[in-house]
Amino acid sequence: MVDRQNTVCFRTLHLDQPWTLAAYRSVGGYAQWEKILRERPDPNDIINELKLSNLRGRGGAGFPTGLKWSFMPRSAPGQKYIVCNSDEGEPGTCKDRDILRYNPHQLVEGMAIAGYCIGATVGYNYIRGEFYEPMARFETAVREAYEAGLIGRDIAGTGIDFDLYVHAGAGAYICGEETALLESIEGKKGQPRYKPPFPAQVGLYGRPTTINNTESLASVPVILEKGGQWFLEQGLPNNGGPKLFSVTGHVEKPDNFEIPLGTPFKDLLALAGGVKGGRVLKAVIPGGSSTPVVPGEVMMGVTMDYDAIAKAGSMLGSGAVIVLAEGTDMVKVLANLAHFYAAESCGQCTPCREGTGWLSRVLHRLLHGQGRTEDLELLDSVAGHIGGRTICALGDAAAMPVQSFLKHYRHEFQHYIEHGRSLVEAA
Amino acid sequence: MSFRSAPLTVPAPAEVKESLLDAEIRAAIDSQVAKYPAEWKQSAVMAALTLVQDWNGGWLSPDLMDAVATYLDMPPVAVYEVATFYNMYDLEPTAKHKVCVCNSISCLLNGSEELIAHVEKKYGLKPGQTSADGRFTFKEVECLGACRHAPAVLLGQTYHEGLTPEALDKLIEGLG
Repeated sequence: MVDRQNTVCFRTLHLDQPWTLAAYRSVGGYAQWEKILRERPDPNDIINELKLSNLRGRGGAGFPTGLKWSFMPRSAPGQKYIVCNSDEGEPGTCKDRDILRYNPHQLVEGMAIAGYCIGATVGYNYIRGEFYEPMARFETAVREAYEAGLIGRDIAGTGIDFDLYVHAGAGAYICGEETALLESIEGKKGQPRYKPPFPAQVGLYGRPTTINNTESLASVPVILEKGGQWFLEQGLPNNGGPKLFSVTGHVEKPDNFEIPLGTPFKDLLALAGGVKGGRVLKAVIPGGSSTPVVPGEVMMGVTMDYDAIAKAGSMLGSGAVIVLAEGTDMVKVLANLAHFYAAESCGQCTPCREGTGWLSRVLHRLLHGQGRTEDLELLDSVAGHIGGRTICALGDAAAMPVQSFLKHYRHEFQHYIEHGRSLVEAA
Repeated sequence: MSFRSAPLTVPAPAEVKESLLDAEIRAAIDSQVAKYPAEWKQSAVMAALTLVQDWNGGWLSPDLMDAVATYLDMPPVAVYEVATFYNMYDLEPTAKHKVCVCNSISCLLNGSEELIAHVEKKYGLKPGQTSADGRFTFKEVECLGACRHAPAVLLGQTYHEGLTPEALDKLIEGLG
């Protein structure tokens, strides 16, 4: 039986006031950054260590972090940027908030190391506007780091510069998309950019930029301390490390758990106290609201890593595990998800702007007993015409739940159309 | 679509700027501007709108958005675009307090519907409306990222988690 490890992003969690510089120092914090300042290693060595670790982007896409850093034209003249994506907003995901609240210094250290590796002397952490308390914790950590001479200009006389700032969001899920986030820092609506050019070539203010998730960046200091091989061995090949999983919904003890990738889902469910009220597991949305739903009986045989969840027809995403107990009305759940994407579509691409609203309206009428015989085909068709036809992944994120719910729970939707009410008892 | 990465600068004279808003707000905006490259003052627009909205008691009038535009050397339309895009800006008068109930999936599975129905029934409010006594504005919001202690409510700058309708009532009763 697995237990929480708290060896990487949560390594300060057991301490009193874990967010302070003193607490972070007590677990070896900033030792890696100071070593870099002292020894000036070749950034390629650090990037190779990250590649060895198999750290994959923790925001949802799972792209290897070391590889992303290697795309940066480090020696090209001019300003380059490291940007942290703390715009956590994928329904079900609540892990980065706790990194900011309980271990902000590790993120500061991770961003400084990233800046050194990619040649960026300025970093921005984009924190969603509603996160007042986490933002205050992070800003305090940044101030402490400046005062301790750990960041700033000509740090400890080394000639190395690293300035770090917070940019506060103001309520827009789409800004978690990396190019929308850059637009937002530039003082505009958060509407995603076409790629290419990729941010490593043309990013913030038109300059080369790397954007990483909070958890990815906060993992870096520990990977350097214990080695890429150690991190890899915590998980599975191609799935390095422990990862934070936010387990929410119908469980007894919802929480964030730092456990190895490759842990059986049933063990994670047990850690979260099992299904609420001892009910039977009906289904799981394994990686945040945009990932396809997986029936409970399938999920009980799956391990929590990128490859196994992909094989089960879904995605690990951000590690937000939403548990649905027997008795849950799947039509109601999907209507809720569809409402979210309709509300958060930025409006730039027609298939998404029109399609997400359409999906939401059809599901709404179905849920209210006004479904029409042709509605299931219509939902399939609209979802199919959004996916793959938009600039960013929000379109796919809106379409995938619809397609997966209809695949596994079509009879529940059919029942609503035929009888005007739910097949299941209210949850 | 071509990619443009240049600020939309419309310079305003310094003496005009010195009469805008008030000195404390201008200083707070200046410290935000200092985070960004000199030619990218518009990067501070989101922070400036937040500061001005709080100063104005919770909402942004067209005049205030225009003042922010002038102060940051931006065309007014660029400020309106930002103010209308992000959900945390309110462009109609609100009460001083905003009760923002999360309606996304993890909160739905743990009782957010009851919270919303309770506010609607007890105070006779639809989302976006202000209570009859003018004390609070009720908002339904998308995922607050507090899913593990659902259902969550953002009140002012504070998260309140794992709320029952009774607990929410107590919070509302305690508002000044």
